[in-house]
Amino acid sequence: MSKKQPKLEARDLNAYYGDFHALKNINIAMEEKNVTAFIGPSGCGKSTFLRLFNRMNDYIDGFKVEGNILLDGNDIYQKDVRVDELRKQVGMVFQKPNPFPKTIFENVVYGLRIQGIKNKAVLEETAERSLRDAALWDEVKDNLNKSALALSGGQQQRLCIARALAISPSVILMDEPASALDPISTAKIEELIYELKNDYTIVIVTHNMQQAGRVSDYTAFFYMGELVEFNKTKTMFTSPKDERTQNYITGRFG
Amino acid sequence: MRASEKIIEGLLWLSAVITILITVGIIWVLLSESISFFSEVSIIEFLTEKEWTPLFADKKFGIMPLVAGTLLTTAVAIAVALPIGLTIAIYLNEYAHARLKQVVKPMLEVLATIPTVVYGFFALTVVTPFLQQFIPGLAGFNALSAGIVMGIMIIPMISSLSEDAISAVPRSLREAAYGMGSTRLQTSFGVMVPAASSGIVVSVILAISRAVGETMIVAIAAGQQPRLTLNPLVPIETITTYIVQVSLGDVPQGSLEYKTIFAAGITLFIFTFVLNNLSFWIKKKYQEKYD
Amino acid sequence: MTNSEKNRLKDKAFQVFGIFCTFIGLVVLGIFLFDIILEGAKRIDWDFLVSLPSRRASRAGILTAWVGTIWILLLTTIIAFPLGVSAGVYLEEYAKKTKLANFLEINISNLAGVPSIIYGLLGLEIFVRQMRLGSSLLAGALTLSLLILPIIIVTTREAIKAVPRSIRDGSFALGASKWQTVWHQVLPASFGGILTGIILALSRAVGEAAPLIVIGALAYVPFTPSSPLDEFTVLPIQIFNWTSRPQEAFLTNAAAAIIILLIITFMLNGIAVYLRNRQQKKIKW
Repeated sequence: MSKKQPKLEARDLNAYYGDFHALKNINIAMEEKNVTAFIGPSGCGKSTFLRLFNRMNDYIDGFKVEGNILLDGNDIYQKDVRVDELRKQVGMVFQKPNPFPKTIFENVVYGLRIQGIKNKAVLEETAERSLRDAALWDEVKDNLNKSALALSGGQQQRLCIARALAISPSVILMDEPASALDPISTAKIEELIYELKNDYTIVIVTHNMQQAGRVSDYTAFFYMGELVEFNKTKTMFTSPKDERTQNYITGRFG
Repeated sequence: MRASEKIIEGLLWLSAVITILITVGIIWVLLSESISFFSEVSIIEFLTEKEWTPLFADKKFGIMPLVAGTLLTTAVAIAVALPIGLTIAIYLNEYAHARLKQVVKPMLEVLATIPTVVYGFFALTVVTPFLQQFIPGLAGFNALSAGIVMGIMIIPMISSLSEDAISAVPRSLREAAYGMGSTRLQTSFGVMVPAASSGIVVSVILAISRAVGETMIVAIAAGQQPRLTLNPLVPIETITTYIVQVSLGDVPQGSLEYKTIFAAGITLFIFTFVLNNLSFWIKKKYQEKYD
Repeated sequence: MTNSEKNRLKDKAFQVFGIFCTFIGLVVLGIFLFDIILEGAKRIDWDFLVSLPSRRASRAGILTAWVGTIWILLLTTIIAFPLGVSAGVYLEEYAKKTKLANFLEINISNLAGVPSIIYGLLGLEIFVRQMRLGSSLLAGALTLSLLILPIIIVTTREAIKAVPRSIRDGSFALGASKWQTVWHQVLPASFGGILTGIILALSRAVGEAAPLIVIGALAYVPFTPSSPLDEFTVLPIQIFNWTSRPQEAFLTNAAAAIIILLIITFMLNGIAVYLRNRQQKKIKW
């Protein structure tokens, strides 16, 4: 791997839910403007790991982290790190589309509004840019004041992506973003991910191996809380080093 | 921004903690006035004396007649509400169509939303004259009418809580009963009611607690004559009615008569407190059993 | 008759009894409302609504009573709404699973079971005497606020609980703080439910007479209150007073006043049910 500063990094990372050891000794470094896919069977810890990068696990009772998570070389679990500032840099898209029960426009500018930005021109400009970047603008530009809940599932998910883009993060975390969508919507999301990696570092959790193969540059395989293998996606899918990876990729368990 | 978050959290915390202050306030008010009452009247007299005449020249301070009046009206109310409420719960669960259930449940809730003065008016002006046609000895004020009307008021309490308890019984139990050829009635009383018994008991305890503390119905229709009796046909007085009676009069603050309402109040509070906590305890035990 | 025929007969008999029980309460209620309307409706006219109380039944009106009721409703809302919702938000969003939260929860259930007349004794000692508010509207509203606080807290929590986790996650992921999430997402999404709970609580407060009698609200107030520190009466107390009089004419007055009180109660409940249904239709998560 290259010697430049990795965008995201985990060092000797362990995580626990109460007594359950959910993530075991994980070391990984992800480069800027690449797509990394986390794959593995359900319960392997891939989603838990993803949520460490924007500290979404903070609110879970009994959850404990040891080791370091670095963003641009800075440990995000240091005491003086402000979680809200961190999340402006690390956006997130969830498994099920979760638009707020507000208008499309208000959904997109929510992140700006909570930062106290009231300037209408700024809000409108950001909304248009984000919706364009999320490939949704043409479909909704005449209905910005309609409820976001009226959109289709695929549109809702792209709205959630636009919402994340609006606060100009450098990293976008995606937790199985297409698992609740039909094939056509899924294809659109995948296309979008391909576009977005020009400007953003993307980490995507998926249990769809073809999807990982289609969208990602690197793939990390998790199994029972361990990072079994991490490599270029092509390498990983053609010549996996670990037997467990091979078994998973060839569909022997999962 | 972080500071304002903390301030807001503090204010929210304060609002929640006020509820503790309310409890503390209730106990403090009742205790402090009662202690001063019991420094003048012995607690032995309070518990054993058979007459309650603090407003007369010949003062006697036996709480028993008020307790008896309270329990009498409560007993009548439960005698009305329990069979009807429980039957409704079983009927809605085992017999009625889901749609009927959907319509009937909110309609029954209406019974609980009617102000209690209105029920009192009903007991005094409709139920008592009606019953007097059949029961010649029935006095104009009596525990029977007040109790019956109170029973009607608490029907939805028993029916809806019992219905919840019955519908929480696992389907498999019911299906097992039907599978062996039981009728709906046999399934209900042989399987469902026993399985839901703790939930039903909770509903009855809460209903008793409600009836014990009910004020306006008995103040209007049951009379103001403290009397140690189990006869529902004559005027009696409940604890709550006595408090109302004193509040309406000109009893000077600080006098012994004034303090009696707090002594009566703490008696009432202890009754309802014990009943409520008994119901929580049963509910908790029951939930653990099913988890 | 065979055993199984007997069983089936019993089953049918119970079904009939079930229908009887289900409707007996409603039928009795119907008879009663009919009786009241028959007795009271003829007494309701403009004069009845705008006249002051009087010793003569035919001249007496409910002006002071309904104005007092409206005052009490407004003041109680102003006091209990922010307090109850804040407490509900704290318990549901901030204090989950702590020992304090557990204790608060038990305490609130207990408060909900305390008879209303006991709240009257609390109000008498704290608000009327210690805080020297006298038997004023403010003392009455404070007393009723404490009485309905548990209802508002419980319904607020229910409404907040119905807001899905994913909405909060979405907000946090965009950098919103806890309070921003509560204020911008959770409260607007649960507002319908909260409002429903508050209106139901108010419909409870509007029918209460006992605690207000204990704090010294009078049946006979010869003027309408003009400030929160004035003495007052409310409809239920006026009804109680008229019902306690021996003369038939006052019973007619009581019936008429009951009609007005029931209209207010049913209206509040109707609004609550309407809001709940609208809320359920509007948002499908």
